[in-house]
Amino acid sequence: MRQFAWLLAVLVAIAASVPAAAYWGFGVLPVMLWTDALVWLLVAIAIVYFWYVRGQPHLLTPWRRVFRSAPGVSALVVLAAFILVGLLDSVHYRARLEGKTAEGRPVYGVEVLSVLDALLVPLRTRTERTYSAPLATRAYARETIELPEGKVAREFPRLRYGGAHLKDEEDRTRDVLVRVLQGVALGFIGWLAIASVATTVMARRRGATVTATWAAIRRGGTEVPWRAIYLTLLALVLVVVPVALLAGKYHVLGTAKVGEDVLYLALKSIRTGLVIGTITTLVMLPFAVLLGLMAGYFKGWVDDVVQYVYTTLNSIPGVLLIAAGVLITQVYIDRYAEYFPTAAHRADLRLLLLCLILGVTSWTGLARLLRGEALKLSELEYIQAAHALGVRHGRVITRHLLPNVMHIVLIALVMDFSGLVLAEAVLSYVGVGVDPSMTSFGTMINAARLEMAREPMVWWTLAAAFLFMFVLVLAANLFADAVRDAFDPRVAVGGRVAGAAA
Amino acid sequence: MIAYIVRRILYALPILIGVNLFTFLLFFVVNTPDDMARMQLGAKRVTPEAIEKWKAERGYDRPLLYNAAAAGTGRLTETIFFQKSAKLFAFDFGNADDGRSIGHEIRSRMLPSLAIAIPVFAVGLAVNITFALLLVFFRATYLDFWGVVLCVAMMSISTLFYIIGGQFLAAKLWHLVPISGYDGGVDAVRFVLLPVLIGVIGGIGAAVRWYRTIFLEETNRDYVRTARAKGLAETVVMYRHVLKNAMIPVLTGVVVVIPLLFMGSLLTESFFGVPGLGSYTIDAIQAQDFAVVRSMVFLGSVLYIVGLILTDISYTVVDPRVRFE
Repeated sequence: MRQFAWLLAVLVAIAASVPAAAYWGFGVLPVMLWTDALVWLLVAIAIVYFWYVRGQPHLLTPWRRVFRSAPGVSALVVLAAFILVGLLDSVHYRARLEGKTAEGRPVYGVEVLSVLDALLVPLRTRTERTYSAPLATRAYARETIELPEGKVAREFPRLRYGGAHLKDEEDRTRDVLVRVLQGVALGFIGWLAIASVATTVMARRRGATVTATWAAIRRGGTEVPWRAIYLTLLALVLVVVPVALLAGKYHVLGTAKVGEDVLYLALKSIRTGLVIGTITTLVMLPFAVLLGLMAGYFKGWVDDVVQYVYTTLNSIPGVLLIAAGVLITQVYIDRYAEYFPTAAHRADLRLLLLCLILGVTSWTGLARLLRGEALKLSELEYIQAAHALGVRHGRVITRHLLPNVMHIVLIALVMDFSGLVLAEAVLSYVGVGVDPSMTSFGTMINAARLEMAREPMVWWTLAAAFLFMFVLVLAANLFADAVRDAFDPRVAVGGRVAGAAA
Repeated sequence: MIAYIVRRILYALPILIGVNLFTFLLFFVVNTPDDMARMQLGAKRVTPEAIEKWKAERGYDRPLLYNAAAAGTGRLTETIFFQKSAKLFAFDFGNADDGRSIGHEIRSRMLPSLAIAIPVFAVGLAVNITFALLLVFFRATYLDFWGVVLCVAMMSISTLFYIIGGQFLAAKLWHLVPISGYDGGVDAVRFVLLPVLIGVIGGIGAAVRWYRTIFLEETNRDYVRTARAKGLAETVVMYRHVLKNAMIPVLTGVVVVIPLLFMGSLLTESFFGVPGLGSYTIDAIQAQDFAVVRSMVFLGSVLYIVGLILTDISYTVVDPRVRFE
């Protein structure tokens, strides 16, 4: 699949950007946080899995079905955008402090930045003094200002950055409109260019004319629903480009309590959500698969022990178990505070431990499913034949059982994701989520709770968190549905029978 | 039946012992009473005397498992394990960090929790099953399709937004009900209305979709085709045949949560200021009161196990084929 080489190239470029910058002497110290390592491990696993699937027709078929579902591919386009932001935010570094050296060696700042931060420098650095409404030119609260004549007045001061380029504030509506229109035009042209290139490539491969390919796409007559992909991409571009143009001069989603741009906070929250949604499953997968399969395969006392362990864990109320775990890790982190070079390292470890704790509480469901499946499979003839041929237990599990339950694992993986993103918000609200210094949807909502009680109300932090979370979780849910429909044997067979009858 | 229930309760004991040992390990071995004292007393440079005093006041100054200094059975009973963990089996929860009796708090807070949890559960169940049957009734039409889309959209919204949005609209903007608080007696209705409504709406998305799958699976069975072939109306097929037969998978998910209703809802109660067990738990977590957290863990697992037993019993009620063994 040569056409996916560009995807690989993008991933490698992101991952290698900071080490390369360090190598070429840009004064950066690469920092590999724990979750970064796991995120990139996950990316590597995904790539290896991708290569593996290529040669396996029985896996390729259901994946093809995923890519033929219009909601599935549309959701994937949106998810890809979120994942891109998350990956850019997963390559960290510390910048060198100019002009400072200690014993001849450069000194690096304590602030851990990511490639995303580097790309969003305007958003990150242009902070106001406090709250300001979306696209506002003036602050949200009156301040005492000394007038040039020595008099003192209480008024809404102009923002330092939001709309500061405007000579006359009356021009704001016109300026915003112009920028939005520019963005829409630019986005549309960009979209047209991408779509044209993709269609031309497609036409060449199908051996059809470009016009015929366009027509097929517009009819929805292509195997992969390109029409849905193009439309989703168009919607995405038409939102992102105007916002990007506006974000250069305004705070598109307003500013938060100490004047941070809310758009920046929302973008930074994406990584936290993605990490919790994916790393948790990655962490719990080995437990669930190993214990579940062993229980179902060996039966007897192994089954009893595994069942006992997961019933016990299940019977403890989830939030309380997580709370207990987090409180204990908090004690641990506080006790060994001196081992962490920066606050980011500390927050990162807490995030990782949160994933671990969530993993410990969430593996039971999958383990039970896998146990049931292994019980069923181990009675089948092919397993009996393997026994008769003297195949070892370990080999039976890895070669004969594991491949036949992978679809369950995959479905569980994608179905759990959205639930975990939602859980993060609740846990952070309860106070047992991510570190308070780490931006996440949960911390944003938590802050918004006080802001909603203010008079006049500050609603934009909540709105931003809601918007980003809703889109992310909705896309994840739709994609998970497509994957489940494609991999669940019952649904797949039923669908085909129904199709044949019609 | 009695013999069956007794046997099930005996089966449950090892699980409760497991929970108990696990919490003991978590709260006293991984995280020693010294750590607890240091965290509670706050400051980094806290004196050893202050820690000892804090521990003595709360009875954490005993040895963990074996007290060599005591005499007779005191060697085993004068320990943290016996005093703090084993006593939970007798529902003796001891005192919270602020000195109040946890057992008393639980008893007095159960009612407000139930005042919200039971209506949410009952109304929610009725609404969800009705909507799910409606979608199945109109299956493979635009109504079904958009209904499912709406469900997916609704389950993509965090509970927090339902609560904050509901509070904002109903209490702050329209002034229909008080924004938060609680009162005993008939007055409670005013305070309970909004939390219940939000609880029901927040649960619709995921539940309707789940019930819809169950009912849909049931409508593909032979007996449904037979019923239709006999010429029964679709509504009769749905309500008399499908609903009854779908009860088993529905019960699996529903009965187990009934005892857990006592625990209340963490978020709803804390947002609406209801003095129930949910807000008690959340306050304990935020104040890092391990004694309360430990008690709630134990209470929660007891209720969960009761729920499992009730589920098994309920099967025999709705399905004559299932017998006690």
